[in-house]
Amino acid sequence: MKKRHWYDYLWIVTPLYLGLGCFNILFAWLGLLFFCLPLLIAIFGGSKAYCNRYCDRGQFFGVLGKTCKLSRKKPVPRWLKHPIFRYGFLIFFLLMFANMLYVTWLVYAGARELGQTVTLFWTLQVPWGWAYPTAVTPWVAQFAFGFYSLMLTSALIGLLVMVLFQPRAWCVFCPMGTMTQLICRVRARKQLRAVRETGRMPEV
Amino acid sequence: MAKRYAEIGKDCVACGSCIRVCPVHAVTVWRGVTAVVDKVRCVGCGKCAAECPAGAITLQNREELA
Ligand code: SF4
Ligand code: SF4
Ligand code: SF4
Repeated sequence: MKKRHWYDYLWIVTPLYLGLGCFNILFAWLGLLFFCLPLLIAIFGGSKAYCNRYCDRGQFFGVLGKTCKLSRKKPVPRWLKHPIFRYGFLIFFLLMFANMLYVTWLVYAGARELGQTVTLFWTLQVPWGWAYPTAVTPWVAQFAFGFYSLMLTSALIGLLVMVLFQPRAWCVFCPMGTMTQLICRVRARKQLRAVRETGRMPEV
Repeated sequence: MAKRYAEIGKDCVACGSCIRVCPVHAVTVWRGVTAVVDKVRCVGCGKCAAECPAGAITLQNREELA
């Protein structure tokens, strides 16, 4: 057995986060951590330490797929790992993120009512009013509903590909993973050029 | 030395799943860009290849190493 580290148990954060959002949607704000941490580590650290070590989601799919044997363990189809799909999905995700911010702004500006729903797969409106026990400033709640929608949708997509393909199939086209890898590529461009010129992989 | 070693292909998304399973700590993720295998250390067990969601790892015969 390989030595276990404290960060090997972070998978618990995924069900915890999704569960808390079923009781009080305002917990969705915590999700900003999962958004900022990987980016900060990539921008300032130039590494994917978040994916490699700390990401709860990747671990969670690993636990479900491998330990709980819920995955068929079939190869991920070629198109899913093609850069066109990966970057396309990233752009789509960022647009949906921007849209969520826009809706939050509309509510802030008073141009739109707070919608107490969670939107699944960017279309399906699911009533979620029970998780909004105490009224807060409308835009704060709107952001929480919007952010939770994105988190739940991506988790469901991840679960689907976990069952269909490899346990961590989501990591192949995960927008955060794609974005951090892109940032790291840009940061390592000099070394990458040297690798291309010599035709050798970097030394370990 | 083991007959085979793991080679990382260009589909690698640098997720690091392979690091977790390698019994001899032969894999690292290089600057968040791609995984790299220490060929000397690698014992060719294939655990990483079975784990890789991107199917980016293939086992190569050492003889082919010129
Ligand atoms: S690719 Fe996404 S889900 Fe996978 S480890 Fe990285 S951030 Fe987590
Ligand atoms: S083949 Fe086995 S020893 Fe070699 S890098 Fe993969 S997991 Fe490690
Ligand atoms: S598991 Fe596969 S995709 Fe992930 S870092 Fe290792 S070689 Fe790359």
